[in-house]
Amino acid sequence: MKKTMVMILVVLLAGFTGHAFAQGKQVKAGFVYVGPVGDAGWTFAHDQGRKEMEKLPFVEPSTYIESVPGGAESARVINGLVRRGHNLIFTTSFGYMDATIDVAARNKDVVFMHASGYRTAENVGTYFGRMYEPRYLSGMIAGKMTEKNIVGYVAAFPIPEVIRGINAFTLGVRSVNPDAQVRVVWTQTWFDPGVERDAADSLLDVGADVLAMHQDAPATLQAAEARGAYVIGYNSDNRRFAPNAFLTAPVWNWGPLYSHIAQAVHDGTWSSEQIWWGMKEDLVQLATLSDRIPADVQTLVNERAEEIRTGNFHPFTGPIKDRDGNEALASGQIMSDPDLLSMNFFVEGVIGTLSN
Amino acid sequence: MKLVIERRDTSSTLMRFAAPVASIFVALAFAGFLLLAAGINPLEAYREILIEAVGSTYGLSETLVKATPLILAGLGVSIAFRMQIWNIGAEGQIYIGAMGATWVALFSGLENHWMLMITMFSAAFICGGLWAGVAGFLRARWSVNEVIVTLLMNYIAILLVDYLVYGPWRDPQGFNFPLTAQFADAARFASFFDTRLHSGFFLALVFALLLYLFMERTVWGYQIKVIGSNPQAARYAGMRTGQAVFWVLFLSGAIAGVAGFSEVAGLQYRLQHGLSPGYGYTAIIIAWLARRSAIGVVIVSLLMGILLVGGDSLQMLWQLPIAFVYAFQGLILFFLLGSDFFIQYRLKLIRGIRHG
Repeated sequence: MKKTMVMILVVLLAGFTGHAFAQGKQVKAGFVYVGPVGDAGWTFAHDQGRKEMEKLPFVEPSTYIESVPGGAESARVINGLVRRGHNLIFTTSFGYMDATIDVAARNKDVVFMHASGYRTAENVGTYFGRMYEPRYLSGMIAGKMTEKNIVGYVAAFPIPEVIRGINAFTLGVRSVNPDAQVRVVWTQTWFDPGVERDAADSLLDVGADVLAMHQDAPATLQAAEARGAYVIGYNSDNRRFAPNAFLTAPVWNWGPLYSHIAQAVHDGTWSSEQIWWGMKEDLVQLATLSDRIPADVQTLVNERAEEIRTGNFHPFTGPIKDRDGNEALASGQIMSDPDLLSMNFFVEGVIGTLSN
Repeated sequence: MKLVIERRDTSSTLMRFAAPVASIFVALAFAGFLLLAAGINPLEAYREILIEAVGSTYGLSETLVKATPLILAGLGVSIAFRMQIWNIGAEGQIYIGAMGATWVALFSGLENHWMLMITMFSAAFICGGLWAGVAGFLRARWSVNEVIVTLLMNYIAILLVDYLVYGPWRDPQGFNFPLTAQFADAARFASFFDTRLHSGFFLALVFALLLYLFMERTVWGYQIKVIGSNPQAARYAGMRTGQAVFWVLFLSGAIAGVAGFSEVAGLQYRLQHGLSPGYGYTAIIIAWLARRSAIGVVIVSLLMGILLVGGDSLQMLWQLPIAFVYAFQGLILFFLLGSDFFIQYRLKLIRGIRHG
């Protein structure tokens, strides 16, 4: 009898602690970064998010590896994090997609989250943000601020994410200024201050008086500051690089998303999904508007922002024409997520080619 | 008193082996100060680097994986160096070789594993060879400097591959991302021990052996050496130096092309931008340090693999910035290359010279 009681107690206790373990899983997160944490852009923004996530009580000090090239090289780094006991791994660039899937297939007990890709697995989810929302808003500002009606756009690679940004931006520009054009220069790099600076200068040379960019370095901002043009940043609020030229920037705010995922892993409720949050969830935002933007323009933009947040306005609402004047989206239609994710055309008003 | 640099009449065999080994230790000592400045015990750091790179089956396998393209490209570069022909274009030849292999894997319609392997290999070999052969032809026919031609053709090769992956070869199911479709299983190398170690490594070893035999045991190998050390004497002896220049560059590029085949068939399973993070350039350093010997190339490539793979641990364990890892790797290379100088030259103090 006594023995049975002990047995029951042991079983209960085991059950209880087992339960507690499942509920209270400690999270040890590892981050793979494509640039240096000091890039003042993409990687910097992720690192801010990582630090915010670390404030959660069940999150152990996390690890990051910076400047990891995409492709086969990254698999070794991801595996290294797994072998050092990390149970939640964020791979923060498209180039890590195959490597993430590959390492995940060998480590089923680890949760992987890959940013900006499309391949998933039982233990691999993806996450990204609807950056086209604040991009559209920043385009409205550029359209109002340009006097020569030429807006320059320094862009990294002609992939859907970047093309989507250029198109949203251009739709924003043309919504307030149908005569303006957006000129695109490709750099073929995410982070190379010298190359980005050259691209920005070339756009200023052809008469652009407002610049925007999809790059990780602040070189475009510095170019605009030096030549007295306006500039719209990206990634994080990097106005200190261009105190006079800076208007605003579509920025990432990864903290809430990283905390959300860490919480789900901690609670044991995580499951593979494709997260695509927008302004509503505060993952993407518009940096505080510069005083140089007239009050009426600020009001206009703020109202649009509220419409986006409440779901009353979608930047990709028809009619939308492509660069050659063909109908890309019929009047009143809203573009579907798969079409947004695989976007491969330029809207009317963009001057540039889709190849490099 | 004056310090002069004097060429050594002979460089002793002992010196040839002792100098690189000694230089590694000097480099480690210097890098140790860097580590101390960062508050890290150098001995512990070096131990971790070794453990990371060779301390486990996994680490060792990753070092061999890393060394594979370096061995192949290094062999390719070194055979041309033997003839005093400077092939700076291994990087481009890797891309073109990978391109040839990818064409076979995706579009040839072959399904049998061995047929695919043989055809992919041949395509990579011939594509890489012809690519470098252009420089060989120009050099033989019009004495066009092969350094310039091979170097500039790197950019063409990389842009050509970019064109293919952004355009005609893009995966129709890939959401318009710049990647080709993945290879079928039949077009992939076998991998071993549940690691990423693949047949490419053994292929590289076979090439090292073949090249050693070729250089040391055949008339062609002898001719390459004679032409390299004294082209006039070679011509006088009736050797056709023009043809030899073409074929040595063909062979050089062909072997680098096989490195590209090995990367796509063994690791990446598709063609994409950034296929090689500069292996073709590292190969030049390797060929130089290995004194153009096939066996030397294997040894130096393995050391390079340890350095590159082990460097990960500096970031992972101590969160050192990537710049530190680059500085560390640069220091080691600096001293290795420096030792080469001291094998051929000596510093001499001359006393009692009057300056008039």
